[in-house]
Amino acid sequence: MPWSREDLAARAARELKDGFYVNLGIGIPTLVANYIAPGVKVVLQSENGMLGIGPFPYEGEEDPDLINAGKQTISELKTTSYFSSADSFAMIRGGHIDMAILGAMEVSESGDLANWMVPGKMVKGMGGAMDLVAGVKRVVVVMEHTSKDGEPKFKARCDLPLTGTNVVDMVITDLAVFSRATRSEPFKLMEVAPGIELDQIRAKTPAHYLG
Amino acid sequence: MSSSKIYPDAATALSGLLKDGLTLCCGGFGLCGVPERLITAVHDSGVRGLTVVSNNAGVDGAGLGLLLKSRQIKKMISSYVGENKEFERQYLAGELELEFSPQGTMAERVRAGGAGILAFYTKTGAGTLVAEGKESRVVNGETYILEMGIVADISLVKAWKADTEGNLIYRKTARNFNPNMATAGRITIAEVEEIVQPGELDPDAIHTPGIYVQRLINGSPYKKLIEKRTTRPRTENANALVS
Repeated sequence: MPWSREDLAARAARELKDGFYVNLGIGIPTLVANYIAPGVKVVLQSENGMLGIGPFPYEGEEDPDLINAGKQTISELKTTSYFSSADSFAMIRGGHIDMAILGAMEVSESGDLANWMVPGKMVKGMGGAMDLVAGVKRVVVVMEHTSKDGEPKFKARCDLPLTGTNVVDMVITDLAVFSRATRSEPFKLMEVAPGIELDQIRAKTPAHYLG
Repeated sequence: MSSSKIYPDAATALSGLLKDGLTLCCGGFGLCGVPERLITAVHDSGVRGLTVVSNNAGVDGAGLGLLLKSRQIKKMISSYVGENKEFERQYLAGELELEFSPQGTMAERVRAGGAGILAFYTKTGAGTLVAEGKESRVVNGETYILEMGIVADISLVKAWKADTEGNLIYRKTARNFNPNMATAGRITIAEVEEIVQPGELDPDAIHTPGIYVQRLINGSPYKKLIEKRTTRPRTENANALVS
């Protein structure tokens, strides 16, 4: 049985180590915050200029001046700090953030990522995604194994415009987990969702991987 | 008070400055920390052919969405323009120029422009569409692309408090691009929620020193908009960040 959205978030959360500064993307990555293990202290960064994201506010306590990068109302912690966009991306680009967990439309076998544009269809923009993959120490992608049309998303090469080249360290899908220790080696199949056969994964994964 | 930076309203603060074809830098992220009084005054002035540097393009009918709807913007430099159907329509119809700049690159371009730095090399966007037509260098095996600093004719920013000197303090994530944009304008106009007397702001807590601010208005009262209202119930798991 494929992993659920919650399973994916929980699996990604296991990559978070005590003391990490982490940036979570929009969608399933945002859910990761709910699954951080007790005893693991993680500081969440928001591109719009905040370290130490708190939970959603209680109803009636929403503050229009306090939002995350997905424009959702959030709350602050006692340890929160605020800063400008230039400072925020100095942190990101400068390699001070330990991990980014992002969604993807496509990932290639060499770790290229495409997650910002479908030519002719979707014109939204990359936001901070290109800066994140260029600067964050470790990039974890969480995505469905195939698109809504059943097309594989972990491919030999990306067809969509890239967000970055050779930037992905780990791919967590609803069927399997692929990882690599360094960006000069191929991805390796690490885990398989319960009840899923290796052949099924092979059939739905044009990307070359070990194991 | 001949040297006063304080103007009675947004239209007066913009008087004598606006003309067709100017480049404006505009603070804000989503609908948070957006200089809405000044944008409305730019709208009402009827000036056209603007190039606007702003992370987002507002939403339909609010923020820069106002200037888009009235077709006063010729070109946007932004990192994310979702949530705006009119923008998408004009862009896909070829009526609006759009330069996508990655959010961090844009922030740094503005910071650099304001700090007298012509251009800088960054890894962000290397090997992507963003790199097309730009110089690149390979250093220690990594590819970097050259990004140009941005200087605006006018910067429009929103802050929380100012003193009469134009020293600014922002509030929470409404800070975002505002301090960076404030440095990049040949003329910077700030709208704030409150103007206080000298000595009332802690000099150690100033985010934007007054040298960057030429004109100032009190835009209160503000009815701040929320783009995505998310809350948690008081009864359930208090630790849940997201439902």
